[in-house]
Amino acid sequence: MSPVVRQFRDFFVSLKLTVVLLSLSLLLVFVATLDQVNLGIWAVQEKYFRSFFVLWTIPGAPIALPVFPGGYLIGGLLLINLVAAHVYRFAFTWKKLGIQLAHAGVIALLVGELVTGLLQEDSSMRLEVGETKKYVESFREHELAILDRTDPQFDEVVAIPEALLADERSIQHAKLPFQVNVKAWLPNATLQMGDPSGRADLPRANQGIGPRVQVIPLPITYKSDEINLPAAFVEIVTTEGVAGTWVVSPIIGMPQSFQYQGRTWEFAIRLRRQYLPFSLTLLNVTHEVYPGTEIPKNFASRVRVKSDDGQTDREVLIFMNNPLRHGGQTFYQYQMNAAGRMSVFQVVSNPGWILPYVACVMMGLGLTWQFVGSLVGFIRRRAAADKAEPAGRRAGAEIS
Amino acid sequence: MKRFLPLLVLLLGLGYLASAFRPAKAKTDFDLAGFGRVPVLVNGRIKPLDTVARTSLLTLQGRQRVSTPENSAPFVSAPVEWLADVLFNPAKADTYPTIRIDSPEVLALLDVTEADTKIAYDSAAKRTMAVLGFLPSHKSRFSYDRLREKLPELDRQARLADPIEAQLRTPFQKQVIAVRNRVVLYLQLKTAVQMPDSPDFLQELELFQQALPAGVQAILAKQRGAPHDEVTVKVMRQMADRIAYMEQLGHLRVVPPAAENTDPTAWKPTGTALLEAFGTLKLDESVMDYARLGRAWRTGDAATFNRIVAKLHDSIEPRYPEAMRKSDVEARFNAAGPFYRSMALYVWAFLLAVVSWLKWPRELARAAAWLLILALVATTGGIFARMWIEGRPPVTNLYSSALFVGWGAVLLCVILEGVFRNAIGSVAGGLIGFATLLIAHHLSLGGDTMEMMRAVLDSNFWLATHVVVITIGYSATFLAGFLALIYVVRGLLTRTLDAGTADALTRMVYGIVCFATLFSLVGTVLGGIWADQSWGRFWGWDPKENGALLIVIWNAVILHARWGGLVKQRGLMALAIFGNVVTAWSWFGTNMLGVGLHSYGFMDAAFYWLIAFVVSQVAVIGLAQVPLDKWRSFRTAPAA
Repeated sequence: MSPVVRQFRDFFVSLKLTVVLLSLSLLLVFVATLDQVNLGIWAVQEKYFRSFFVLWTIPGAPIALPVFPGGYLIGGLLLINLVAAHVYRFAFTWKKLGIQLAHAGVIALLVGELVTGLLQEDSSMRLEVGETKKYVESFREHELAILDRTDPQFDEVVAIPEALLADERSIQHAKLPFQVNVKAWLPNATLQMGDPSGRADLPRANQGIGPRVQVIPLPITYKSDEINLPAAFVEIVTTEGVAGTWVVSPIIGMPQSFQYQGRTWEFAIRLRRQYLPFSLTLLNVTHEVYPGTEIPKNFASRVRVKSDDGQTDREVLIFMNNPLRHGGQTFYQYQMNAAGRMSVFQVVSNPGWILPYVACVMMGLGLTWQFVGSLVGFIRRRAAADKAEPAGRRAGAEIS
Repeated sequence: MKRFLPLLVLLLGLGYLASAFRPAKAKTDFDLAGFGRVPVLVNGRIKPLDTVARTSLLTLQGRQRVSTPENSAPFVSAPVEWLADVLFNPAKADTYPTIRIDSPEVLALLDVTEADTKIAYDSAAKRTMAVLGFLPSHKSRFSYDRLREKLPELDRQARLADPIEAQLRTPFQKQVIAVRNRVVLYLQLKTAVQMPDSPDFLQELELFQQALPAGVQAILAKQRGAPHDEVTVKVMRQMADRIAYMEQLGHLRVVPPAAENTDPTAWKPTGTALLEAFGTLKLDESVMDYARLGRAWRTGDAATFNRIVAKLHDSIEPRYPEAMRKSDVEARFNAAGPFYRSMALYVWAFLLAVVSWLKWPRELARAAAWLLILALVATTGGIFARMWIEGRPPVTNLYSSALFVGWGAVLLCVILEGVFRNAIGSVAGGLIGFATLLIAHHLSLGGDTMEMMRAVLDSNFWLATHVVVITIGYSATFLAGFLALIYVVRGLLTRTLDAGTADALTRMVYGIVCFATLFSLVGTVLGGIWADQSWGRFWGWDPKENGALLIVIWNAVILHARWGGLVKQRGLMALAIFGNVVTAWSWFGTNMLGVGLHSYGFMDAAFYWLIAFVVSQVAVIGLAQVPLDKWRSFRTAPAA
């Protein structure tokens, strides 16, 4: 083995590296916790944990400097350190089994967190009593939906996700007989009635509600109880030329439409939807509080699950600590307005959900094994010492 | 003589604990104990009036005794006697100084001047003590009578502060709201069973009962536009206004549901029950009973009072046997005060154990260990009583976590003392036991410590696993830190830390850190699984979760630094002491951030104590860096 390779190996298997990385992660977690007061929980996760470096923007200059290793870097190095040390030092003995198992559990936990970070999808479903839905909505991301409303039986939907809109490009879709030009995209904005000509920095919308509203850009919000409401200026270009420019935003309650080639099209910006192979109907909601208090005792929603293939059709009670798991999705009781007969579920799909459970079992068993082993060893040594020397004398010697 | 010292101390301790169960000497003919066991429903839970009295006093004035600094004799013999005065004889209760106000700004707002807060101690000794800070130098508790005149202004200021988000309020606004809430609580108690301005509420109710049928007829007639007696309608309207006022302030639900109602939580406040009389034309019997109690209390008619207390017991007992049993036990538990008794025992265990390092090591160490065990038994009993009354696992809120952190650490200390027999376990146990119970006492000032669980936390399985395991993790991390403190303080400042003891301490700290790692890691992961079960994510980087993670990481740092040979004995101790800082942050600091799902208790004053604790720990870590040849124990120690 060449000296360079050996140096590399010694670096990555060393306990010093472990201690340094653990200490760095301690600092990272602490600072990130404090920063939640300013940034909110979502932005903190992006800035500190789902990044390779924590960036700091110099005030007044558009330069971001990496000032501290981020969660991916520390976690990744810890993973390499752990795996390398295991591979390098691995030798099966009963005595070391506990430590090995515990560390394998830590590996499973780190991998699980990575899988979750990459693959978990969070969305919500909001239902009023009696309402049926077969899609879930994103918590924060929007999409531009273009619906073909011509057929009263069903709608044809083309949805353009937020990330594509933000590029402000031309979009051509096989199902659309026209081209969609995104002339401007505002990640957070509000609308108010008024003459739009006052805002020279924005394109002019000449169709739908466009001529009657002013679009006012807002800074992006990071608060956990607020979402960004985007706005876009969308120009439709057909083979016959420019059909016009519309302004779209989730604030506009009703969809705006236009006629082309004998068909009716509607546009709306809405929370990004994902359609499910089954539907949920909200049958009833209950919200109990303890008598004489405002403390919630229970929230529960009774729903009917019905799958498209007709194999599932049953009633389920979803309440706190008791979610519904169906079709790879888990529905949790999230919010409720019992007076408004409305319930919101948080819907999560996470293919890596089993890993933390496995990790927990491995770490628990491993550490217990190790701890009990050390304890038994200690008691044995102690008993042996007691035999060699009467307890009284030793105790006296230790105290004086 | 020396030989019998441990036994003597044990017997003294036992006697001290046993005296808690001795019934208080009845100074009056009134059956106050029986009155204290009458159950009512408050904040979602059926509890005895004794608990209402104690938690109300703690919330109003921060202690259960009602007295003034000048006069050592208290106004009332027991909290429940104070409650009887508030409920039945408010004119007298209004003169008791039971509303605590600390802020000078609020005092000025209420026109309380220096002349009012001045304490006229009757002896020179007391005056000296006051100057030295052992006795209060000025009054901080005031009677309702004293504050009455300026209460509208207090209310106005509190209304101004109400709309502001809790975290953004100025200290003055926080204090104004706190004092206003105390006054409101006092008013709620005053109007719980009678109108405070009524000279004889029982007579008023009897007249009301007689006038009710004709009165309701007259009101109905007026509504129809038929002829009616205008005076009767007016009297009825006045009565309705008075009852509506009572209903508005309704806090104690003293009226059990009607016999056919099976919902055990459908108790009603007096005002609501009286309003219903306009429909039923009949006054509720419990309402009348409380009014009879009131008259008997005011007129000193002990026989009637006791008869009605017995009647209340008899009427509720067969319907709610379980609630009555719990109510009885809770009243006894309150009177015994196991946690306050344990505090005293912990202090003595600590003192005896420290002295044992200087003199009579075997006897004093054993005596200290006995006291520690007694205190542990008493706290265990107290925790079990709470668990039984609540029907919950031991840790349900910040208060119970303080009890349990102390309990877990002291249990470990007793085991350590059993193994090592060098009084170190007793010193650490006495210190942690006392400190955690003191913290618990301050947390109890917020109100009833057995509050209802929010829906999201309402899962006995996870409370019993995740919460208990993680709390033991806190206990162990604190214990390792306190053992390390003993190492540094003893080694640096005294000559008593010989090589053998230093070695034993090192093994203790190392073992406890291993134990802490096991529990905090498993507890944290269990918490993740709970979160996955109820919120759909295993880990959300919530402050409380991060706090738990910090403890795990720090324990892992200690272990790996030790295994990698990066630290030796002294370094291990310094790292373990920093564990105190990490745990204190995770336990209390995260709650002070005011964000996240877990922040169930936001505290202000505690923040300064947290800072003081952190500074003290960092100072000791700094002391540990003094070169070893300057340590008194090691300077003279033989090379062995």
